[in-house]
This record gives sequence, C-alpha cells and structure tokens, in this order.
Amino acid sequence: MMYKLPLEQLDKFFAAIAKDETLYVPVDVENVGAVYQPWKEGTKMSKALNTLRSAKDFFFPQIQPMVKFRREGKKIEVIDDRKESEDFVIFGVRACDAASFDVLDRVFLADPVDTYYENRRKHSTVVTLACTLPEETCFCTSFGIDPAQPGGDARAWMTLDTLYVEPVTEKGTALVEKLNEVLTESDDKDVEQQKFYTHEILKHLPLHNLKPTDNREKEMEIFNDPRWAELSSHCLGCGTCTFVCPTCQCFDIEEFSGNKTVERYRCWDSCMYNDFTMMAAGTPRKTQKERFRQRFMHKLVYYPIKNDGVYSCVGCGRCLKKCPIHMNIVKVMKTLGLEEEE
Amino acid sequence: MQVNENENWKPKIIAFCCNWCSYSGADLAGTNRLSYPAEVKIVRVPCSCRINPMFILRAFGRGADGVIICGCHPGDCHYSEGNYHTRRRMTLLFSMLNYLGVESARTRVEWVSAAEGQRFVNVMNSFVQDITELGPNRRLEDLRCREN
Amino acid sequence: MQGELIKRAVGLMENGTVNRVLGWRRGEFVYDITPSVFSDKDDLEKNFVYNEFCGNNLSRYLVQESEKEGKIAVFLKPCDTYSFNQLCTEHRIKRDNVYIIGIECYGKTSADLLREKGISAILDAKNNNGTLIVETVYGEKQIPMMDVMAERCVSCKSKKHVIYDELIGEDGGVLDSHRFDQVEEIEKMTAEERFNFWRGELSRCIRCNACRDVCPACTCEKCVFDNPKSGIRNKGAADDFEENMYHIIRAYHVAGRCTDCGECSRVCPEHIPLHLLNRKFIKDYNELYGPFMAGAEIGQVSPMCDFTKEKDAEPSIVQKGGAE
Repeated sequence: MMYKLPLEQLDKFFAAIAKDETLYVPVDVENVGAVYQPWKEGTKMSKALNTLRSAKDFFFPQIQPMVKFRREGKKIEVIDDRKESEDFVIFGVRACDAASFDVLDRVFLADPVDTYYENRRKHSTVVTLACTLPEETCFCTSFGIDPAQPGGDARAWMTLDTLYVEPVTEKGTALVEKLNEVLTESDDKDVEQQKFYTHEILKHLPLHNLKPTDNREKEMEIFNDPRWAELSSHCLGCGTCTFVCPTCQCFDIEEFSGNKTVERYRCWDSCMYNDFTMMAAGTPRKTQKERFRQRFMHKLVYYPIKNDGVYSCVGCGRCLKKCPIHMNIVKVMKTLGLEEEE
Repeated sequence: MQVNENENWKPKIIAFCCNWCSYSGADLAGTNRLSYPAEVKIVRVPCSCRINPMFILRAFGRGADGVIICGCHPGDCHYSEGNYHTRRRMTLLFSMLNYLGVESARTRVEWVSAAEGQRFVNVMNSFVQDITELGPNRRLEDLRCREN
Repeated sequence: MQGELIKRAVGLMENGTVNRVLGWRRGEFVYDITPSVFSDKDDLEKNFVYNEFCGNNLSRYLVQESEKEGKIAVFLKPCDTYSFNQLCTEHRIKRDNVYIIGIECYGKTSADLLREKGISAILDAKNNNGTLIVETVYGEKQIPMMDVMAERCVSCKSKKHVIYDELIGEDGGVLDSHRFDQVEEIEKMTAEERFNFWRGELSRCIRCNACRDVCPACTCEKCVFDNPKSGIRNKGAADDFEENMYHIIRAYHVAGRCTDCGECSRVCPEHIPLHLLNRKFIKDYNELYGPFMAGAEIGQVSPMCDFTKEKDAEPSIVQKGGAE
C-alpha cells in the first residue's frame, strides 16, 4: 500500500516520528558532507546522494563498550551498563546501505548471535529513500540492488513535491500506521514514473556493466593470481576503505585500564593493518599484498561461497571516493577478471 | 576560569624532576624541613629532556590537573645540553596545547638547581595555587580515568 | 604535458638510465589516479597519466623503491621535492638510485573538492585555460580551477624544485602565500573557542590512520600508535582524550620534518584540516628560532634537534600570549 504526503509537510512527518522515538536523518555539515543526526525542530535534511559514513554505525558502532570492572578494596565489581535498547528510526538510508544490513545480519545474527547488534537491529526501524541522481561511483546494480526500489522496513520516494512511503515489513507497517494523521493513501503512478527515469539514468553510469562472476571453482586460481602484487604494491595500509565500507565487519576487543576501572570495549579493526589478527606467533599475513588480497577475496569470493552467492559488497562507491591512492574493488574486479565478460 | 566543583577539591599535580638538580632540590627542601603541598607527586627522570610529550599528555589523561617540569638551569645540564632541548620541545608542545584550547597555565617548565630548596618550595606553592584557581582539568582528561 | 612526460620516461628507459618509472596510473575515471611503478614501455605509454588530479606525493614510495635494484625515475612536483630532500636528510632514500624529473605544477584539485562545489557524477574533466570543464552524468559543468583548487595549492609555499636531475617546464620561486593566515585566525580565538573548534574537527576522526600512512615524514617501521608496548596503542578512540592525543603526537612527531605538503588533509576521509596542526608548529619555530623550511636543502638540522644557548625563548612565553 502506498501512502503520500506533500513535501512541504515533511517537517510535520518527521515531527510525528520524532515524537515517540529518536529519528535520525542525514544532515549537511559544512566542509564535511552528509552525516546522520538526530532530527529536531528546524533540522534540514540533506539532499546528498549518500552519507559520508555508512549507516552500519547505527548497528555496529566503531566503539562498543562491553563491560566494566571496578575494584574496591578486595572486591571486584562487574558493571554491565548496556544501553542499546532504545527505539529509533533512521530515515533516508539508500538502497546500498540497506542491503548492507543483510550482509551484516548474516554475520552478526548467525549463531552465536551478537546481542549488541541484535538489540540495535530489533529496536530500529529503517526507512529507505530511493535514489534519483546516482553518481559515477555507484555500482549497486552489479550486486542486484535496485536503487529505485530500496529495501528496509519501509521505503520512500521523493518527487519534486511529494513524499511517497510504502511499508515493507511489520515494523514499517506499524510506523506508517502511527503516522496516519499526516499520510494519505495514494496510487503509485508517480513512483513508477520515477523508477523508470532512474533506471534510464543507471544505464548511462560508467560502471553499470560491471557484473561479478560466480567464481566458486576458481577460488585458488584467483588467490594465486600474480597480479595481486601489482594491485597492492602502492597500498598504504591505512584503514580508510574498511572504515567507510558499509559491509566491513571486522572488530577487535580491547581493554583499557583506568585508575580504578578496567573497561572492555569492541572497536573496528581493519584487515589492512599490519597488526590485524596478531597472535603470539606473529601475524599470518606478513606483507601488504596478503592483507590487500584478503579484503577483496573476502568480499568477492569467501563470503559468497559461505552465503549462497551473496557478495559482501553493495556497490555504494565510498571506497572509490575515499581511498588515498584510489585503489578499489572495481579495479580489482576488472584486473583479475572477476567480472563477467560482456 | 572554571568554578571548583566542591570546596574540598585538591588538584593533582605531577612534577617531572631531573635527577641531578630539582630532585635533589626537593630533597634539600625536605632536609631543611621546608614543606611544599602534598598534591605534588614527583616523578624522577634522568634529565628533563628525557620527558617525552606523551608523558605529559598521559599524565593529563590519567587525571593530573597540572604538569610541571623541573630541570637544571640552562648551562648547568649534567649532560651539557639536555635542558636546551627541553626548552625548545616544551615551548612548542605548550604552544600546541594552547592552540587546542587547553589552558596553558596547566603546564610549566621551571629551572631549579640542587641547591635551591627554597626555590623548589616556592615554585610548587605558586604552581599549586595557580592550578587550584584554574580548577579541575576537563579538557585533556580521559573520562575513563575519573575516579568518582 | 602528459605526452611530454611519457616521451621523456620512455626515453630514459630506452637509453638505460633507469629500469623503471614511478608515476601515476590511469584509473576508471579522470580523477581516480593511482601511484604506480611502470617497468614496461607499452604500459607506460598507455596508462601513464598526468593531470589536475595527480595530487599524490610520490616521494614516500621512494623509501622502498630506492632500496631495490637499479635506478628509478620519478616525477616530482615542486612540493614533492621538499619531501624528497627531507627523506634524504634522514637517510631514508638512496639518492643515487633515483633519477628525479622535476615537473611544473599549477595546483591540483580532487573529485572531493568538485563534489563540495556541487559537481558530482564526474565522468571527465579538462582544464581549458584555467577553467575546468567537467563532463558529468547530468551534463557539462564549468568551474574556474581556482575555485576547486586544494587549500594546499591555493596557499602554495613554493614553485621551486629544490632538487632534480632534469626539469620539464619552468622552475619557479618560493612564494609568500599567506599559508599561516588560518593558523592566525585560530590563534585569535579565545581558549574556549579554540577548544570547541578542535573538538568539532577531531571528534570526527575515525582513526583510519590514512594521515599517518600517507605522510612522507611518517616513515617509522613501527608507529608508536601500533606498538602494544608503548601503552598508547589503540585501534579506535574510545575517549575524546585519545583523539587529542593521537593528533597532537602525530603532528609533534613530524614537527621540524614536515614540509607542509598537505597530504594528510587531502586523504582525510572526514575532511579534518590536519595541516593546521602541522602549520602551527612550522609557524612557531619560524617565529621563535628563525626561518626554517624542512626539505629546502639536504642535510639541514631541524630546529627541534638544535638550540641556541642564550637566545631561545623560555616555555613560559606561551602563557604570555603565545609565540610572538
């Protein structure tokens, strides 16, 4: 069922959501870009195609405090002050980021379930927004994602004067029902037209022909390809690509010893770092070539083998924009022939 | 200037003292029964130029409200020129802290020789007084190290 | 320009002066250029590129490349030559294994800077006498190059090649570029304002370490922030303090060696103006200890390793209103 609302009433729509729970919308920050911020009266939603950082931060934040220990005399107190049980709504998630949640779900919700992640997922309602002006770095279609028909709990389309909302899941339906004062029922004529236009634009994007191959048999062949050396030769070993990536899910658990308390927390880790998976005997991936290879093998080969052919890349294009030396997944796919020949 | 959170608040001061001068100066103050504030915790270093900027930052992070560095008077360094290096390094570090908006009065370098017990006491008294007026360090502390 | 560079590089390979060339490799789009070593002439002719988006400072790669066998040719822009000299001073590059071709630079831009000006979906871009003509998915757009030039290029410190074996194009001079204006603006703020300004900037840091890893001055084999024995290693800032700590120490460790090439700010995915931290140190030691430009000559002594017995300011100068 499609619902609509005139765009000039967008603030009323946001206010109605924000009345009961925290609502996050992308907001333009000067000299920075679009960043998710809690909506309050007067907040202006960004028109940017996508946010600087991916939406995975909501479910898998960079720093996740886990437990604290406090010492008083001879007693040790264990403090568990988990806070991830507040309901919230994210509005304006793009199709690629929404698809990344499925990738993360397969990791964090598989047995044993990551309860921090699970709680946040349970308490969230994701309202996605269809793209109308995709950019040259977009290649979500390569992974079967339709930017004009995003996933999430509910999806939205914005035309010049109207916002269309369609609930997808139960959570989405519940959210839309709460908003019956501002939303009215509608047909989907305009939405279909917008989809048509977006699909036309997609055909003109430089990366629209990029299609990953089914490479399950070629696993070892790709692994041993000599061209990895050349591809990775100028990689700086920074963590930019992994930290802006919506599907990168590696983390490390660290402890901080304060004056009287010890805090255990989880933080993002990057397979590009030389101390990634460091063990007593050293690191298993000794040079940047191996670390670099790991990242792309994981996204394009290992992950799909373990997950019914689902790739661990959603084509959001952030790594294409942000890598200091512009070495990215598209170049890797093209160089190693991980794409289908047209 | 911040308002002290409560009347009984006492600052935590870390004093990095050179083994060859101010550390002995502190000793001399002791043998002369001159008293200096108990808030000052002395860390002995072989030379003032042994002090890495990270020492100072970590002291702040772990809850110090003020950090003072005491070395030999310029020209008197046990290793000839260590304190000249201290002088430049600390000038630039303090300037950077100031640039980041951290109160510049929280850090200080003083030259105190082994014979200057009274001077050591005066320096510490005045530094503790300055920091007490400034109040707790809130801009460069690690919240996880707060004790209450 | 690009054709000239390729011709020269091929020539050097053909006459046996060098066995490989460090330059920039063409990418998918006009702007996604990767530093690359070419050892094949055909590859070089086909994929070497030099345009307004070749911002990468190639000097850093020579630390590794100059250790390898044979001579390597490298194209260095004026600001890259300063980094090169500084690395030679620190004995990190084998000078004899490098053949430097100095190239002119009129300022670089990046796709991010274009996007900031509202030009996205970039397919191609051409510089036509100072106007950048950008072809996008949604039609052609024009913008003066000056408007999208990187800050480090607008306040370019020098067009002079401080070291080279040969030059392509003209050599320029050291410029008075007002590069400390922004630092002065921050200095004029109150402590409260400065604190809030930097908190706003540094709180966005995601600790990807790109600023450190791209820096031609940060060439330690093991960074103190990666060393578990240093006591300050962390992979993400769990507290504001750790953000401040990282950025103060990063800038401090390169003080006196930083040539102000601006790579740190270029690569920051969160657009933190990191160069303003480095420039503060540069400004301070220039004012306190006399003019010094890291990398201007090989073998210079950095003001951080030097002193004068009588004239050096006391650290208390900071309390008296900062460096004058």
